[in-house]
Amino acid sequence: MSLKHWNKKHIISIRDFSRDEIDFVLKKSALMEDKLSSSKPVKLMKGRILANLFFEPSTRTRMSFETAMKRLGGKTVGFSVAETTSEAKGETITDTVRVVEGYADVIVLRHPAEGAARVASENIKIPLINGGDGANQHPTQTLLDLYTIQKEYKKIDGLSIAMVGDLKYGRTVHSLANALESYNVKLTFISPRELKMPKRMVNRLRDKNIEVKETTKLNIGNADVIYATRIQRERFPDLQEFERVKEAYVLDEIILNKLKDDAIIMHPLPRVSEISPEIDETRHARYFQQSRNGVPVRMALLCLVCGVDF
Amino acid sequence: MDDKKQERKLKIRNIKNGISIDHITAGKAPEVLKILGIDRGFTDSVTLAMNVKSSKMRKKDIVKVENKDLDVNEINKISVIAPQATINWIHDYQVVKKEKVKLPDELIGIVKCPNPSCITNKEREPVKSIFLVKNTNPVVLVCKYCERETESLY
Ligand SMILES: [Zn+2]
Repeated sequence: MSLKHWNKKHIISIRDFSRDEIDFVLKKSALMEDKLSSSKPVKLMKGRILANLFFEPSTRTRMSFETAMKRLGGKTVGFSVAETTSEAKGETITDTVRVVEGYADVIVLRHPAEGAARVASENIKIPLINGGDGANQHPTQTLLDLYTIQKEYKKIDGLSIAMVGDLKYGRTVHSLANALESYNVKLTFISPRELKMPKRMVNRLRDKNIEVKETTKLNIGNADVIYATRIQRERFPDLQEFERVKEAYVLDEIILNKLKDDAIIMHPLPRVSEISPEIDETRHARYFQQSRNGVPVRMALLCLVCGVDF
Repeated sequence: MDDKKQERKLKIRNIKNGISIDHITAGKAPEVLKILGIDRGFTDSVTLAMNVKSSKMRKKDIVKVENKDLDVNEINKISVIAPQATINWIHDYQVVKKEKVKLPDELIGIVKCPNPSCITNKEREPVKSIFLVKNTNPVVLVCKYCERETESLY
């Protein structure tokens, strides 16, 4: 895949990615991680500026991109909504990015309105990376999730992946399922009845010949990857029901002897109580590493869209 | 009595100049009127038939409007709710043109995204709604921006 293919490309939605493109990003991310772990500083983006435009706060995503850019020798500018004045709030996204286009070489945009990143990208010539648009997309999260799996098993095809928790509203699990569509995987969706994976998503996966199992029981004995998500209180009108449901999907030491030996547990973080701290020190825990993996993945993407070869 | 019957029949069957939209999905005629902008203030003659027996569709609706033309936008909108509709342009009691509606691959600026959180519904943001037609029977549209799928838009 040529460098030209990626130069000035906007990263808006995981649905825009072909399997080849995903595989290429994962390969480049591994290369970047090698560079990162060598003692030589990486200067690939020296002299370039990343604008972080956060119309809603997301400390982790913002810090991850900032770290990525700085590790590349570049600089960052930007704002997060907590710090913004009314001017940034009243202005349209279109206007904001057109102004920022004059300052920076690449933009990361986070915005609560769904589709904001795509609209913004249509109005500028510098590349834009979607850092989350409401309940819609967060493509770099999905890529780092895939990278974590790939890094662990040196493959994605052939794996059995269980997603646990809120599968109805969870953006990360939807995007991950979308991306896994083009891989040969077995999926198990584990959730309370109220929070099942949307029917159209399940149908779509089955149309692509992916084996999908849906269950309310925490059956994770066959899974190579367990992807846990948070169940939010707001989803339940009845508090008692919420407590009952939440308890049923907690990953704690009781589940440890049911797991495959080399199974890994992932989580987009922040977690609340769905993974108990005693899991943290086990060989299964990958969620902190997963979060760290965001840095090389974002470094690779920043270079690719800025036309920087490595 | 016979005369009256005859007259009613005539009124449904014939218009002098205007359009006749046939093979509308049963029950959708009122929505077609809405698309055509026909409301209380409309003064020309409008005929509407609902749930008429049809050999092709089992049941269908028909709308005939005197002294009316249709533009591409209106035809595209009709194609979303009544993908099998046919439009007849009538001049001097004769059908001068006949066209089957065709759902385009992309609907630009003609339907509103039903997702309130969609950027296309944000006031002041200069962006037109764009829907990609994912399936035609039943009609499934995907918003280019918020990526939500939707089946009923009216
Ligand atoms: Zn939309």
